[in-house]
Amino acid sequence: MGMKTTQQEAYMSEFVYLYRSGPRPSRSPEQAQQEMQRWMAWLKDLTEKGHIKDPGHPLERAGKLVTGKARTVTDGPFAEAKDVVGGYTLVQAADIGQATALAAGCPIFEIADGAVEVRPVMRIG
Amino acid sequence: MELDDHLFRREAGRMVAVLTRVFGLHNLALAEDVVQDAFCRALEVWPFSGVPENPSAWLMATARHRVIDVLRRERTARTFAPEVGRLLESEWTLVPMVDEILAGAAIKDDLLRMMFSCCDPRLREDVQVALVLHILCGFGCDEIAAAFFTTEAATYKRMSRAKKVLAGSKQLFDLSNADCAARLSTVQRVLYLLFNEGYHGASAQSAVRADLCREAIRLVLLLLEHPLTAIPSSYALAALMHLHAARLPSRLDAAGNLTPLVAQDRTRWDGALVARGLQLLNQAASGSELTDYHVEAAIAAVHATAVHAEDTDWSRIVELYDLLMTLRPSPVVALNRAIAVAERDGAERGLEEIRAIANAECLIDYPFYHAALGELEHRCNRHAVARQHFHAALARARNAMEQRFLQQRLDACA
Repeated sequence: MGMKTTQQEAYMSEFVYLYRSGPRPSRSPEQAQQEMQRWMAWLKDLTEKGHIKDPGHPLERAGKLVTGKARTVTDGPFAEAKDVVGGYTLVQAADIGQATALAAGCPIFEIADGAVEVRPVMRIG
Repeated sequence: MELDDHLFRREAGRMVAVLTRVFGLHNLALAEDVVQDAFCRALEVWPFSGVPENPSAWLMATARHRVIDVLRRERTARTFAPEVGRLLESEWTLVPMVDEILAGAAIKDDLLRMMFSCCDPRLREDVQVALVLHILCGFGCDEIAAAFFTTEAATYKRMSRAKKVLAGSKQLFDLSNADCAARLSTVQRVLYLLFNEGYHGASAQSAVRADLCREAIRLVLLLLEHPLTAIPSSYALAALMHLHAARLPSRLDAAGNLTPLVAQDRTRWDGALVARGLQLLNQAASGSELTDYHVEAAIAAVHATAVHAEDTDWSRIVELYDLLMTLRPSPVVALNRAIAVAERDGAERGLEEIRAIANAECLIDYPFYHAALGELEHRCNRHAVARQHFHAALARARNAMEQRFLQQRLDACA
Protein backbone atom coordinates (compact mmCIF):
# COMPACT_ATOMS: atom_id res chain seq x y z
CA MET A 1 0.00 0.00 0.00
CA GLY A 2 2.85 2.37 0.91
CA MET A 3 4.27 1.67 -2.52
CA LYS A 4 1.05 2.81 -4.13
CA THR A 5 1.05 6.17 -2.37
CA THR A 6 4.57 6.97 -3.46
CA GLN A 7 3.70 5.95 -7.00
CA GLN A 8 0.57 8.07 -6.97
CA GLU A 9 2.60 11.06 -5.82
CA ALA A 10 4.92 10.48 -8.74
CA TYR A 11 2.04 10.55 -11.22
CA MET A 12 1.46 14.28 -11.11
CA SER A 13 -0.61 14.77 -14.20
CA GLU A 14 -4.17 13.71 -14.90
CA PHE A 15 -5.60 12.51 -18.18
CA VAL A 16 -8.98 11.46 -19.44
CA TYR A 17 -9.25 8.41 -21.63
CA LEU A 18 -12.19 8.66 -24.00
CA TYR A 19 -13.03 5.27 -25.45
CA ARG A 20 -14.24 5.63 -29.03
CA SER A 21 -15.44 2.93 -31.37
CA GLY A 22 -17.91 1.83 -33.98
CA PRO A 23 -20.80 -0.44 -32.99
CA ARG A 24 -19.76 -3.63 -31.24
CA PRO A 25 -19.73 -6.59 -33.62
CA SER A 26 -22.03 -9.44 -32.71
CA ARG A 27 -20.01 -12.06 -30.94
CA SER A 28 -20.48 -15.41 -29.28
CA PRO A 29 -20.90 -15.49 -25.48
CA GLU A 30 -17.41 -16.96 -25.11
CA GLN A 31 -15.89 -14.16 -27.20
CA ALA A 32 -17.83 -11.55 -25.22
CA GLN A 33 -16.56 -13.02 -21.97
CA GLN A 34 -13.00 -13.06 -23.25
CA GLU A 35 -13.24 -9.44 -24.32
CA MET A 36 -14.63 -8.54 -20.92
CA GLN A 37 -11.81 -10.37 -19.19
CA ARG A 38 -9.25 -8.47 -21.28
CA TRP A 39 -10.83 -5.17 -20.22
CA MET A 40 -10.90 -6.14 -16.57
CA ALA A 41 -7.30 -7.38 -16.67
CA TRP A 42 -6.14 -4.13 -18.28
CA LEU A 43 -7.99 -1.92 -15.78
CA LYS A 44 -6.87 -4.08 -12.87
CA ASP A 45 -3.27 -3.71 -13.93
CA LEU A 46 -3.63 0.08 -14.16
CA THR A 47 -5.34 0.16 -10.77
CA GLU A 48 -2.62 -1.89 -9.13
CA LYS A 49 0.01 0.47 -10.50
CA GLY A 50 -1.87 3.42 -9.07
CA HIS A 51 -2.87 4.98 -12.40
CA ILE A 52 -6.64 4.99 -11.94
CA LYS A 53 -7.95 8.17 -10.39
CA ASP A 54 -11.56 7.32 -11.23
CA PRO A 55 -12.62 4.27 -13.23
CA GLY A 56 -15.27 6.45 -14.87
CA HIS A 57 -18.46 5.32 -16.52
CA PRO A 58 -19.75 3.74 -19.67
CA LEU A 59 -22.01 5.96 -21.79
CA GLU A 60 -25.09 4.98 -23.75
CA ARG A 61 -24.19 4.95 -27.42
CA ALA A 62 -27.11 7.14 -28.49
CA GLY A 63 -28.41 10.35 -27.02
CA LYS A 64 -29.51 13.84 -27.97
CA LEU A 65 -27.66 16.73 -29.46
CA VAL A 66 -28.60 20.33 -28.62
CA THR A 67 -27.21 22.76 -31.20
CA GLY A 68 -27.29 26.34 -32.36
CA LYS A 69 -28.80 29.47 -31.07
CA ALA A 70 -32.20 27.91 -31.51
CA ARG A 71 -31.15 25.07 -29.19
CA THR A 72 -32.35 22.59 -31.77
CA VAL A 73 -32.64 19.12 -30.30
CA THR A 74 -31.76 16.25 -32.62
CA ASP A 75 -30.97 12.59 -32.14
CA GLY A 76 -27.30 11.85 -32.00
CA PRO A 77 -24.75 10.64 -31.99
CA PHE A 78 -26.11 7.62 -33.78
CA ALA A 79 -25.40 4.26 -32.32
CA GLU A 80 -24.05 3.07 -35.67
CA ALA A 81 -21.49 5.90 -35.97
CA LYS A 82 -17.82 5.00 -36.13
CA ASP A 83 -16.38 7.16 -33.38
CA VAL A 84 -18.95 7.28 -30.60
CA VAL A 85 -17.54 7.85 -27.12
CA GLY A 86 -18.53 4.74 -25.19
CA GLY A 87 -17.06 5.69 -21.84
CA TYR A 88 -14.29 7.48 -20.02
CA THR A 89 -11.71 6.92 -17.31
CA LEU A 90 -9.68 9.43 -15.32
CA VAL A 91 -6.07 8.33 -15.04
CA GLN A 92 -2.92 9.77 -13.58
CA ALA A 93 0.49 9.42 -15.14
CA ALA A 94 3.88 11.08 -15.15
CA ASP A 95 3.32 12.70 -18.52
CA ILE A 96 1.40 12.32 -21.76
CA GLY A 97 4.00 9.89 -23.05
CA GLN A 98 3.31 7.49 -20.21
CA ALA A 99 -0.46 8.00 -20.44
CA THR A 100 -0.36 7.18 -24.14
CA ALA A 101 1.82 4.13 -23.63
CA LEU A 102 -0.60 2.80 -21.00
CA ALA A 103 -3.56 3.34 -23.32
CA ALA A 104 -1.94 1.07 -25.91
CA GLY A 105 -2.85 -1.94 -23.75
CA CYS A 106 -6.58 -1.22 -23.99
CA PRO A 107 -8.62 -4.05 -25.59
CA ILE A 108 -10.70 -1.53 -27.56
CA PHE A 109 -8.32 -1.79 -30.51
CA GLU A 110 -9.66 -5.26 -31.22
CA ILE A 111 -13.01 -3.86 -32.36
CA ALA A 112 -13.68 -1.86 -35.51
CA ASP A 113 -12.65 1.79 -35.33
CA GLY A 114 -11.58 1.36 -31.71
CA ALA A 115 -9.55 4.28 -30.36
CA VAL A 116 -8.55 5.77 -27.05
CA GLU A 117 -8.40 9.54 -27.04
CA VAL A 118 -5.91 10.65 -24.40
CA ARG A 119 -6.59 14.21 -23.19
CA PRO A 120 -4.62 15.97 -20.49
CA VAL A 121 -6.82 17.53 -17.84
CA MET A 122 -5.98 21.24 -17.64
CA ARG A 123 -4.64 22.37 -14.35
CA ILE A 124 -6.61 25.20 -12.88
CA GLY A 125 -4.95 27.70 -10.58
CA MET B 1 -14.57 -10.65 -8.20
CA GLU B 2 -13.42 -13.05 -10.91
CA LEU B 3 -15.71 -14.51 -13.56
CA ASP B 4 -16.12 -18.27 -13.77
CA ASP B 5 -14.67 -19.67 -16.97
CA HIS B 6 -17.32 -20.06 -19.65
CA LEU B 7 -19.95 -18.33 -17.48
CA PHE B 8 -21.42 -16.53 -20.51
CA ARG B 9 -21.74 -19.77 -22.46
CA ARG B 10 -23.61 -21.43 -19.63
CA GLU B 11 -25.82 -18.44 -19.07
CA ALA B 12 -26.55 -18.07 -22.78
CA GLY B 13 -28.16 -21.51 -22.93
CA ARG B 14 -30.14 -20.99 -19.75
CA MET B 15 -31.34 -17.55 -20.74
CA VAL B 16 -32.32 -18.41 -24.31
CA ALA B 17 -34.27 -21.42 -23.03
CA VAL B 18 -36.22 -19.48 -20.43
CA LEU B 19 -36.88 -16.50 -22.70
CA THR B 20 -38.15 -18.87 -25.36
CA ARG B 21 -40.75 -20.04 -22.90
CA VAL B 22 -42.02 -16.44 -22.81
CA PHE B 23 -41.60 -15.57 -26.48
CA GLY B 24 -42.39 -18.98 -27.97
CA LEU B 25 -40.08 -21.20 -30.00
CA HIS B 26 -41.09 -19.40 -33.20
CA ASN B 27 -39.48 -16.25 -31.75
CA LEU B 28 -36.18 -17.95 -30.94
CA ALA B 29 -34.25 -15.24 -32.80
CA LEU B 30 -35.83 -12.61 -30.58
CA ALA B 31 -34.77 -14.50 -27.46
CA GLU B 32 -31.24 -14.75 -28.85
CA ASP B 33 -31.19 -11.00 -29.55
CA VAL B 34 -32.27 -10.15 -26.02
CA VAL B 35 -29.61 -12.42 -24.58
CA GLN B 36 -26.98 -10.93 -26.88
CA ASP B 37 -28.04 -7.46 -25.69
CA ALA B 38 -27.63 -8.49 -22.07
CA PHE B 39 -24.08 -9.70 -22.74
CA CYS B 40 -23.31 -6.49 -24.63
CA ARG B 41 -24.56 -4.51 -21.67
CA ALA B 42 -22.40 -6.50 -19.28
CA LEU B 43 -19.44 -5.94 -21.55
CA GLU B 44 -20.03 -2.19 -21.44
CA VAL B 45 -20.75 -1.87 -17.73
CA TRP B 46 -18.70 -4.47 -15.86
CA PRO B 47 -15.24 -3.15 -16.77
CA PHE B 48 -16.25 0.09 -15.01
CA SER B 49 -18.43 -1.25 -12.20
CA GLY B 50 -16.62 -4.51 -11.55
CA VAL B 51 -18.26 -7.93 -11.84
CA PRO B 52 -21.50 -7.92 -9.84
CA GLU B 53 -21.90 -10.14 -6.80
CA ASN B 54 -24.21 -12.48 -8.67
CA PRO B 55 -23.39 -12.22 -12.38
CA SER B 56 -26.12 -14.66 -13.46
CA ALA B 57 -28.79 -12.71 -11.64
CA TRP B 58 -27.48 -9.44 -13.11
CA LEU B 59 -27.67 -10.83 -16.64
CA MET B 60 -31.15 -12.22 -16.09
CA ALA B 61 -32.36 -8.94 -14.55
CA THR B 62 -30.99 -7.03 -17.55
CA ALA B 63 -32.72 -9.43 -19.92
CA ARG B 64 -35.94 -9.13 -17.90
CA HIS B 65 -36.13 -5.38 -18.60
CA ARG B 66 -35.69 -5.96 -22.30
CA VAL B 67 -38.23 -8.79 -22.29
CA ILE B 68 -40.86 -6.58 -20.72
CA ASP B 69 -40.08 -3.79 -23.21
CA VAL B 70 -40.36 -6.16 -26.14
CA LEU B 71 -43.60 -7.69 -24.89
CA ARG B 72 -45.20 -4.27 -24.41
CA ARG B 73 -44.02 -2.98 -27.76
CA GLU B 74 -44.84 -6.02 -29.84
CA ARG B 75 -47.77 -7.71 -28.18
CA THR B 76 -50.14 -6.54 -30.87
CA ALA B 77 -47.79 -7.25 -33.77
CA ARG B 78 -46.57 -10.70 -32.76
CA THR B 79 -47.92 -13.76 -31.09
CA PHE B 80 -45.84 -15.09 -28.25
CA ALA B 81 -45.84 -18.46 -26.47
CA PRO B 82 -49.32 -19.98 -26.37
CA GLU B 83 -48.92 -20.98 -22.72
CA VAL B 84 -48.61 -17.32 -21.71
CA GLY B 85 -50.53 -15.58 -24.48
CA ARG B 86 -53.55 -14.34 -22.57
CA LEU B 87 -51.51 -13.11 -19.62
CA LEU B 88 -49.58 -10.77 -21.88
CA GLU B 89 -52.64 -8.81 -22.85
CA SER B 90 -53.02 -6.98 -19.60
CA GLU B 91 -50.50 -4.88 -17.70
CA TRP B 92 -51.83 -6.48 -14.50
CA THR B 93 -50.61 -9.90 -15.47
CA LEU B 94 -47.68 -9.18 -17.82
CA VAL B 95 -44.95 -8.37 -15.30
CA PRO B 96 -45.92 -10.99 -12.67
CA MET B 97 -46.09 -13.59 -15.44
CA VAL B 98 -42.60 -12.71 -16.72
CA ASP B 99 -41.26 -12.77 -13.17
CA GLU B 100 -42.79 -16.14 -12.49
CA ILE B 101 -41.22 -17.66 -15.59
CA LEU B 102 -37.83 -16.10 -14.94
CA ALA B 103 -37.79 -17.23 -11.30
CA GLY B 104 -35.11 -19.89 -10.89
CA ALA B 105 -36.95 -23.11 -10.13
CA ALA B 106 -38.27 -23.81 -13.59
CA ILE B 107 -35.17 -22.84 -15.54
CA LYS B 108 -33.53 -26.26 -15.45
CA ASP B 109 -36.67 -27.73 -16.97
CA ASP B 110 -36.63 -25.07 -19.67
CA LEU B 111 -33.07 -25.99 -20.55
CA LEU B 112 -34.09 -29.63 -20.76
CA ARG B 113 -37.12 -28.81 -22.87
CA MET B 114 -34.96 -26.71 -25.19
CA MET B 115 -32.57 -29.64 -25.52
CA PHE B 116 -35.48 -31.86 -26.56
CA SER B 117 -36.70 -29.21 -29.02
CA CYS B 118 -33.26 -29.00 -30.67
CA CYS B 119 -33.25 -32.76 -31.21
CA ASP B 120 -36.16 -32.48 -33.60
CA PRO B 121 -36.43 -35.62 -35.74
CA ARG B 122 -36.96 -33.48 -38.84
CA LEU B 123 -33.34 -32.33 -38.52
CA ARG B 124 -30.28 -34.34 -39.51
CA GLU B 125 -28.25 -35.77 -36.64
CA ASP B 126 -25.24 -33.54 -37.28
CA VAL B 127 -27.52 -30.51 -37.42
CA GLN B 128 -29.08 -31.49 -34.08
CA VAL B 129 -25.61 -31.68 -32.54
CA ALA B 130 -24.62 -28.28 -33.92
CA LEU B 131 -27.90 -26.75 -32.81
CA VAL B 132 -27.47 -28.01 -29.25
CA LEU B 133 -24.01 -26.46 -29.19
CA HIS B 134 -25.32 -23.23 -30.63
CA ILE B 135 -28.42 -22.72 -28.52
CA LEU B 136 -27.74 -24.57 -25.26
CA CYS B 137 -24.02 -24.05 -25.04
CA GLY B 138 -23.84 -20.58 -26.60
CA PHE B 139 -21.29 -21.54 -29.27
CA GLY B 140 -21.06 -19.01 -32.09
CA CYS B 141 -21.23 -20.21 -35.70
CA ASP B 142 -17.49 -19.60 -36.05
CA GLU B 143 -16.79 -21.75 -32.99
CA ILE B 144 -18.99 -24.56 -34.29
CA ALA B 145 -17.31 -24.32 -37.68
CA ALA B 146 -13.90 -24.70 -36.02
CA ALA B 147 -15.04 -27.77 -34.10
CA PHE B 148 -16.59 -29.51 -37.10
CA PHE B 149 -14.19 -28.51 -39.89
CA THR B 150 -16.62 -26.47 -41.88
CA THR B 151 -17.02 -22.79 -42.71
CA GLU B 152 -18.74 -20.16 -40.63
CA ALA B 153 -21.01 -19.21 -43.54
CA ALA B 154 -22.14 -22.81 -44.03
CA THR B 155 -22.79 -23.23 -40.32
CA TYR B 156 -24.74 -19.98 -40.20
CA LYS B 157 -26.92 -21.13 -43.07
CA ARG B 158 -27.54 -24.52 -41.48
CA MET B 159 -28.40 -22.98 -38.13
CA SER B 160 -30.84 -20.53 -39.72
CA ARG B 161 -32.56 -23.33 -41.59
CA ALA B 162 -32.71 -25.46 -38.47
CA LYS B 163 -34.26 -22.64 -36.46
CA LYS B 164 -36.93 -22.26 -39.11
CA VAL B 165 -37.79 -25.92 -38.63
CA LEU B 166 -38.04 -25.42 -34.86
CA ALA B 167 -40.25 -22.38 -35.40
CA GLY B 168 -42.89 -24.76 -36.77
CA SER B 169 -43.83 -25.55 -33.18
CA LYS B 170 -44.68 -22.58 -31.03
CA GLN B 171 -43.66 -23.96 -27.70
CA LEU B 172 -40.77 -25.85 -26.20
CA PHE B 173 -41.02 -29.64 -26.23
CA ASP B 174 -43.39 -30.86 -23.54
CA LEU B 175 -41.74 -33.57 -21.44
CA SER B 176 -45.11 -35.07 -20.54
CA ASN B 177 -45.66 -35.66 -24.27
CA ALA B 178 -46.18 -39.24 -25.41
CA ASP B 179 -43.08 -38.95 -27.65
CA CYS B 180 -40.85 -38.17 -24.70
CA ALA B 181 -39.19 -41.61 -24.54
CA ALA B 182 -38.44 -41.67 -28.26
CA ARG B 183 -37.15 -38.12 -28.21
CA LEU B 184 -35.02 -38.88 -25.16
CA SER B 185 -33.13 -41.52 -27.10
CA THR B 186 -32.41 -38.94 -29.83
CA VAL B 187 -31.21 -36.51 -27.16
CA GLN B 188 -28.92 -39.17 -25.71
CA ARG B 189 -27.55 -39.96 -29.15
CA VAL B 190 -26.86 -36.25 -29.79
CA LEU B 191 -25.02 -35.87 -26.49
CA TYR B 192 -23.08 -39.05 -27.24
CA LEU B 193 -22.04 -37.67 -30.64
CA LEU B 194 -21.16 -34.32 -29.09
CA PHE B 195 -18.92 -36.01 -26.55
CA ASN B 196 -17.30 -38.24 -29.17
CA GLU B 197 -16.62 -35.27 -31.40
CA GLY B 198 -14.68 -33.82 -28.50
CA TYR B 199 -12.98 -37.07 -27.57
CA HIS B 200 -12.11 -38.57 -30.94
CA GLY B 201 -12.92 -35.72 -33.31
CA ALA B 202 -10.69 -34.35 -35.97
CA SER B 203 -10.34 -30.80 -34.68
CA ALA B 204 -6.69 -30.40 -33.80
CA GLN B 205 -7.19 -27.83 -31.09
CA SER B 206 -7.32 -29.69 -27.82
CA ALA B 207 -9.01 -26.72 -26.13
CA VAL B 208 -11.93 -26.96 -28.55
CA ARG B 209 -12.17 -30.68 -27.98
CA ALA B 210 -12.15 -30.41 -24.20
CA ASP B 211 -14.90 -27.78 -24.49
CA LEU B 212 -17.14 -30.21 -26.36
CA CYS B 213 -16.58 -32.98 -23.81
CA ARG B 214 -17.29 -30.64 -20.93
CA GLU B 215 -20.50 -29.35 -22.50
CA ALA B 216 -21.72 -32.89 -23.24
CA ILE B 217 -21.15 -33.84 -19.60
CA ARG B 218 -22.94 -30.73 -18.36
CA LEU B 219 -25.97 -31.56 -20.49
CA VAL B 220 -26.05 -35.26 -19.66
CA LEU B 221 -26.05 -34.38 -15.95
CA LEU B 222 -29.12 -32.28 -16.63
CA LEU B 223 -30.87 -35.45 -17.84
CA LEU B 224 -30.12 -37.04 -14.47
CA GLU B 225 -31.84 -34.23 -12.60
CA HIS B 226 -35.32 -34.78 -14.02
CA PRO B 227 -37.39 -37.83 -13.02
CA LEU B 228 -38.60 -38.37 -16.59
CA THR B 229 -35.13 -38.42 -18.09
CA ALA B 230 -33.08 -39.96 -15.25
CA ILE B 231 -33.46 -43.48 -16.63
CA PRO B 232 -30.78 -46.23 -16.66
CA SER B 233 -29.61 -45.43 -20.20
CA SER B 234 -29.02 -41.79 -19.22
CA TYR B 235 -26.92 -42.96 -16.26
CA ALA B 236 -25.01 -45.31 -18.56
CA LEU B 237 -24.31 -42.47 -20.99
CA ALA B 238 -23.14 -40.25 -18.15
CA ALA B 239 -20.92 -43.09 -16.85
CA LEU B 240 -19.39 -43.55 -20.28
CA MET B 241 -18.58 -39.85 -20.58
CA HIS B 242 -17.03 -39.64 -17.11
CA LEU B 243 -14.89 -42.75 -17.62
CA HIS B 244 -13.61 -41.49 -20.96
CA ALA B 245 -13.12 -37.92 -19.74
CA ALA B 246 -10.97 -39.32 -16.92
CA ARG B 247 -8.43 -40.34 -19.55
CA LEU B 248 -8.36 -36.97 -21.33
CA PRO B 249 -5.35 -35.62 -19.36
CA SER B 250 -3.15 -38.47 -20.55
CA ARG B 251 -4.29 -38.72 -24.16
CA LEU B 252 -1.66 -36.17 -25.06
CA ASP B 253 1.88 -36.34 -23.72
CA ALA B 254 3.88 -33.30 -22.59
CA ALA B 255 4.79 -32.49 -26.20
CA GLY B 256 1.12 -32.59 -27.31
CA ASN B 257 1.48 -35.96 -29.03
CA LEU B 258 -1.34 -38.48 -29.16
CA THR B 259 -0.75 -41.40 -26.80
CA PRO B 260 -2.58 -44.70 -27.35
CA LEU B 261 -4.53 -46.15 -24.44
CA VAL B 262 -2.04 -48.90 -23.60
CA ALA B 263 0.87 -46.46 -23.49
CA GLN B 264 -0.84 -43.81 -21.37
CA ASP B 265 0.51 -42.78 -17.99
CA ARG B 266 -2.36 -44.10 -15.89
CA THR B 267 -1.34 -42.09 -12.86
CA ARG B 268 -2.51 -39.03 -14.80
CA TRP B 269 -6.04 -40.36 -15.18
CA ASP B 270 -8.52 -38.33 -13.17
CA GLY B 271 -9.38 -40.56 -10.21
CA ALA B 272 -12.39 -38.51 -9.19
CA LEU B 273 -13.93 -38.86 -12.65
CA VAL B 274 -13.23 -42.61 -12.66
CA ALA B 275 -14.92 -42.98 -9.28
CA ARG B 276 -17.90 -40.90 -10.38
CA GLY B 277 -18.10 -42.89 -13.62
CA LEU B 278 -18.13 -46.23 -11.80
CA GLN B 279 -20.78 -44.96 -9.43
CA LEU B 280 -22.94 -43.81 -12.35
CA LEU B 281 -22.47 -47.18 -14.04
CA ASN B 282 -23.75 -48.80 -10.86
CA GLN B 283 -26.81 -46.57 -10.92
CA ALA B 284 -27.31 -47.47 -14.59
CA ALA B 285 -27.65 -51.13 -13.63
CA SER B 286 -31.09 -50.74 -12.10
CA GLY B 287 -33.84 -52.10 -14.32
CA SER B 288 -33.55 -54.62 -17.11
CA GLU B 289 -32.72 -52.32 -20.01
CA LEU B 290 -29.30 -52.92 -21.56
CA THR B 291 -28.19 -50.29 -24.06
CA ASP B 292 -25.08 -49.77 -26.12
CA TYR B 293 -24.17 -47.00 -23.65
CA HIS B 294 -24.13 -49.59 -20.85
CA VAL B 295 -21.78 -51.77 -22.83
CA GLU B 296 -19.46 -48.96 -23.90
CA ALA B 297 -19.34 -47.70 -20.32
CA ALA B 298 -18.55 -51.23 -19.12
CA ILE B 299 -15.65 -51.44 -21.60
CA ALA B 300 -14.36 -48.07 -20.39
CA ALA B 301 -14.70 -49.33 -16.80
CA VAL B 302 -12.54 -52.38 -17.54
CA HIS B 303 -9.80 -50.07 -18.82
CA ALA B 304 -10.28 -47.59 -16.01
CA THR B 305 -9.86 -50.22 -13.32
CA ALA B 306 -6.73 -51.83 -14.78
CA VAL B 307 -3.85 -50.30 -12.84
CA HIS B 308 -1.34 -51.18 -15.57
CA ALA B 309 -2.07 -51.77 -19.25
CA GLU B 310 -0.89 -55.41 -18.81
CA ASP B 311 -3.61 -55.97 -16.19
CA THR B 312 -6.36 -55.30 -18.73
CA ASP B 313 -8.96 -58.08 -18.83
CA TRP B 314 -9.03 -58.45 -22.62
CA SER B 315 -11.32 -61.50 -22.51
CA ARG B 316 -13.95 -59.43 -20.76
CA ILE B 317 -13.45 -56.65 -23.31
CA VAL B 318 -13.89 -59.03 -26.25
CA GLU B 319 -17.11 -60.34 -24.66
CA LEU B 320 -18.38 -56.81 -24.24
CA TYR B 321 -17.57 -55.98 -27.88
CA ASP B 322 -19.44 -59.15 -28.92
CA LEU B 323 -22.42 -57.80 -27.02
CA LEU B 324 -22.01 -54.34 -28.53
CA MET B 325 -22.00 -55.93 -32.01
CA THR B 326 -25.45 -57.35 -31.29
CA LEU B 327 -26.77 -54.02 -29.96
CA ARG B 328 -25.16 -51.57 -32.38
CA PRO B 329 -23.14 -53.34 -35.06
CA SER B 330 -20.83 -51.11 -37.07
CA PRO B 331 -17.49 -51.48 -38.85
CA VAL B 332 -15.80 -49.26 -36.21
CA VAL B 333 -17.11 -51.44 -33.36
CA ALA B 334 -15.94 -54.51 -35.30
CA LEU B 335 -12.51 -52.94 -35.70
CA ASN B 336 -12.23 -52.24 -31.98
CA ARG B 337 -13.35 -55.78 -31.26
CA ALA B 338 -10.65 -57.14 -33.60
CA ILE B 339 -8.02 -55.09 -31.76
CA ALA B 340 -9.21 -56.55 -28.44
CA VAL B 341 -9.06 -60.06 -29.95
CA ALA B 342 -5.45 -59.35 -31.02
CA GLU B 343 -4.62 -58.41 -27.43
CA ARG B 344 -6.23 -61.61 -26.13
CA ASP B 345 -5.23 -64.15 -28.78
CA GLY B 346 -2.32 -62.59 -30.65
CA ALA B 347 -1.81 -60.39 -33.69
CA GLU B 348 -2.51 -63.06 -36.34
CA ARG B 349 -5.97 -63.70 -34.88
CA GLY B 350 -6.58 -59.97 -34.75
CA LEU B 351 -5.70 -59.61 -38.43
CA GLU B 352 -8.13 -62.44 -39.32
CA GLU B 353 -10.85 -60.59 -37.45
CA ILE B 354 -10.09 -57.34 -39.26
CA ARG B 355 -10.19 -59.12 -42.63
CA ALA B 356 -13.57 -60.57 -41.67
CA ILE B 357 -15.19 -57.17 -40.99
CA ALA B 358 -18.36 -56.73 -43.03
CA ASN B 359 -18.56 -53.43 -44.90
CA ALA B 360 -14.87 -52.79 -44.26
CA GLU B 361 -14.95 -50.36 -47.19
CA CYS B 362 -16.65 -47.90 -44.82
CA LEU B 363 -13.38 -47.81 -42.89
CA ILE B 364 -11.19 -46.98 -45.90
CA ASP B 365 -10.98 -43.28 -45.00
CA TYR B 366 -10.50 -43.90 -41.28
CA PRO B 367 -6.78 -43.52 -40.54
CA PHE B 368 -6.89 -45.82 -37.52
CA TYR B 369 -8.18 -48.73 -39.61
CA HIS B 370 -4.92 -48.66 -41.58
CA ALA B 371 -2.96 -47.95 -38.41
CA ALA B 372 -4.46 -51.05 -36.73
CA LEU B 373 -3.48 -53.21 -39.71
CA GLY B 374 0.00 -51.70 -39.62
CA GLU B 375 0.35 -52.28 -35.89
CA LEU B 376 -0.63 -55.95 -36.10
CA GLU B 377 1.49 -56.66 -39.20
CA HIS B 378 4.38 -55.02 -37.37
CA ARG B 379 3.84 -57.35 -34.41
CA CYS B 380 3.93 -60.28 -36.84
CA ASN B 381 7.33 -59.00 -38.03
CA ARG B 382 6.06 -58.19 -41.53
CA HIS B 383 7.55 -54.72 -41.44
CA ALA B 384 7.31 -53.85 -45.15
CA VAL B 385 3.58 -54.61 -45.17
CA ALA B 386 3.18 -52.70 -41.91
CA ARG B 387 4.89 -49.68 -43.46
CA GLN B 388 2.48 -49.73 -46.40
CA HIS B 389 -0.44 -49.64 -43.99
CA PHE B 390 1.06 -46.78 -42.00
CA HIS B 391 1.65 -44.87 -45.23
CA ALA B 392 -2.03 -45.35 -46.06
CA ALA B 393 -2.95 -44.17 -42.56
CA LEU B 394 -0.71 -41.10 -42.82
CA ALA B 395 -2.31 -40.11 -46.10
CA ARG B 396 -5.65 -39.99 -44.29
CA ALA B 397 -4.54 -38.22 -41.10
CA ARG B 398 -7.01 -35.48 -40.26
CA ASN B 399 -4.75 -33.15 -38.34
CA ALA B 400 -1.15 -32.51 -37.39
CA MET B 401 -1.50 -34.45 -34.15
CA GLU B 402 -2.61 -37.63 -35.95
CA GLN B 403 0.10 -37.05 -38.52
CA ARG B 404 2.85 -36.91 -35.91
CA PHE B 405 1.48 -40.00 -34.19
CA LEU B 406 1.27 -42.06 -37.37
CA GLN B 407 4.67 -40.87 -38.58
CA GLN B 408 6.14 -42.04 -35.30
CA ARG B 409 4.53 -45.47 -35.71
CA LEU B 410 5.79 -45.64 -39.30
CA ASP B 411 9.31 -44.80 -38.15
CA ALA B 412 9.08 -47.56 -35.55
CA CYS B 413 8.65 -50.16 -38.34
CA ALA B 414 11.93 -49.27 -40.03
